[in-house]
Amino acid sequence: MSTIQESEQTLIKAFEIFDDWLDKYNYIIELGKELEPIDETYRKEEFLIQGCQSQVWLQAEYKEGLIYFKADSDAIITKGIINLLLKVFSGRTPDEIINADMSYLDKIGLKEHLSPTRSNGLLSMMKQIKLYALAFKTKYQNS
Amino acid sequence: MMNIQTIRAEFPILDRTVYNKPLIYFDNAATTQKPKSVIEALTGYYQSENSNVHRGVHYLSQKATDAFEHCREQIREFIHAAHSREIIFTRGTTEGINLVASSFSKAFLSQGDEIIVSEMEHHSNLVPWQMACQDKGAFVKVLTFDENGILNLDDLDSLITDKTKLIAVNHVSNTLGTINPIKEIIARAHHYHIPVLIDGAQAISHIVVDVQDLDCDFYCFSGHKMYAPMGVGVVYGKEKLLNQMPPYQGGGEMIKNVSFKGTTYNELPFKFEAGTPSVGDVVAFEEAVNFIKRIGIRQIADYEMQLYRYAMAKMSCIPQIRFFGMSEHKVAIISFLVGKIHPYDMGMILDKMGIAVRTGHHCTQPIMEHFGIPGTVRVSFAVYNTEEEIDYFVESLKKAVDILK
Repeated sequence: MSTIQESEQTLIKAFEIFDDWLDKYNYIIELGKELEPIDETYRKEEFLIQGCQSQVWLQAEYKEGLIYFKADSDAIITKGIINLLLKVFSGRTPDEIINADMSYLDKIGLKEHLSPTRSNGLLSMMKQIKLYALAFKTKYQNS
Repeated sequence: MMNIQTIRAEFPILDRTVYNKPLIYFDNAATTQKPKSVIEALTGYYQSENSNVHRGVHYLSQKATDAFEHCREQIREFIHAAHSREIIFTRGTTEGINLVASSFSKAFLSQGDEIIVSEMEHHSNLVPWQMACQDKGAFVKVLTFDENGILNLDDLDSLITDKTKLIAVNHVSNTLGTINPIKEIIARAHHYHIPVLIDGAQAISHIVVDVQDLDCDFYCFSGHKMYAPMGVGVVYGKEKLLNQMPPYQGGGEMIKNVSFKGTTYNELPFKFEAGTPSVGDVVAFEEAVNFIKRIGIRQIADYEMQLYRYAMAKMSCIPQIRFFGMSEHKVAIISFLVGKIHPYDMGMILDKMGIAVRTGHHCTQPIMEHFGIPGTVRVSFAVYNTEEEIDYFVESLKKAVDILK
C-alpha cells in the first residue's frame, strides 16, 4: 500500500484537473455519494462529533496493527471530505497517523472547511482521528 | 421614486466578484453593506476630526463631541424618542440587551421572579436573560409560536403571573421574518405593569420604528444592520426606568465624582456609557441614518417587499421547497429547505456560484428545534438588491438542487 504522502499526492493531483470551484465541489459531492453510510449502531451520541452546521459520526477499529475508520455525516459535502480523509488515513498504523500533518486538504484548497468557526465537525474529526491513533498505540503497542 | 441603479452605485462592494463571479449579496440580515457616504464619514473622521469626546477643551475635542451628540439627537428623532438622554450608545444589540438584562435584574429581579421571552428569540435576546435568572434564582418562561411562525399571543395572559418582571421579544424575527404584534404585547404587559424590552435589530432598517407610539420600555438595535459600521448600536430606554437602574460598566465618562470615600454616577445617558466610545463609528452612523432618510424608510420597505413577493413567486415553483415563516406580516427574509438537502450543502454550492446566503440555525436554535430541522438556508434582502439578482439566484438554486439531490 502506498504511503500517506503518496495517497495525498494522488488526491491533490485529482483536484488540480478542476479549474472551477463548482467542478471541484461536484467531485466532492460524487465522493460523498460514494461513501458507504455508517451502520445505524454508530449513528449515536458517543460517536458524534458535533458541528454547528453539519454533524459527523466517526468509528474506529484496530485490527492487526492497523486502524480502520468508518465515518458519516448528514451533509453530503462533509461526507465527500470525510471520504477524502478516509482514503488517506484508514488502514494505517497508529504511528503513521500520529506523524501525519493533514495539510493536504489545505493544498487541495479546502482550507475553509477546516476553520474552527466553520464548525462542520471536520476539524474536530481530524483531531479525533489522531486521538484514536494515540489511544490504540497506547493500548496495543506500548508494553 | 428611487432609482435602484443610483442606489447600487453608492455601494462600492457590490462591484466585486467572488470566485470570478459577480457578488450577489443576500445575507443582509447578518449585516448590511455600507454606502460610500458612510465609509467616507468614518475615514474622514480619522483623517481630520479625531479626538476624544466630552472632556476636552480644545477645538478638535469640541468638534468630535458636537458630532457625537448630534448623532445622538438624530437617532432620537429617527426612532421618535422623547429625549436624547434616553438614547444610549453601545457596541451593538447584543451588548445593549446584556446592559439592560444586567442592570434591570440588579434593580428589579429577585428569587422566584419570572421573565417571559418568545420561542423565536435570537440567542442575544435569550442568553442574557438566562444568565440574569440564573444569577438571581429566577425563571425564563416561553411564549411559543405556531407552524406559520406566528406568536401564540392568546397564551400571553396565562403566562403572566404576579412574578413576571419583564417581557423580552423581537420586533422582527431574523430567521422567520415575522413582524411581531409588539404594540399589542406591550399594551397587555403594561396592563399588568410589566415592562417590555424589544430586540429591534432586524426591524430598524425595514420598517418605521416609533418608540413612543409603541410605548416600549427598552428598544435595542445595531448600526451594522442599517447600513452603518459594525461596533455601534443603541439602547433606547424610558428615562424613568433607566434612572432606577444601576450602571452596567464602571469607569471614565460615566462618573460625576470619584474618590476612595465613594463615587457618584453621571446623569443619563452618560451613566451607561463608560469609557471612550467609538466616535468614528457614531459619526458614520449618522450618515447611515441620512442615507435611509434620503430614500425614505417607507420606500425602502415597499421596495424590499416587492423583491420578497417576486422571489417567493419564483421559488414556490421549485419542487419540494419548504418555507419557514409564513406570516402575512413579514420583512424580506426567506428561510427555506428543499427536500432532504442539508442547508450546509446548499449554502456551499450557492456560494461557489457567487451567491451569499446564510445557513444553519441563525442563532435561533429553539426555532430549529421547533421544526425538527438542522437549520435553514436564509435569503435576506436590502435596498440595493434587484430582481435580476433574484432571477440568477433562482436559476442557481435549481442547479444546486440538481447537483445535490
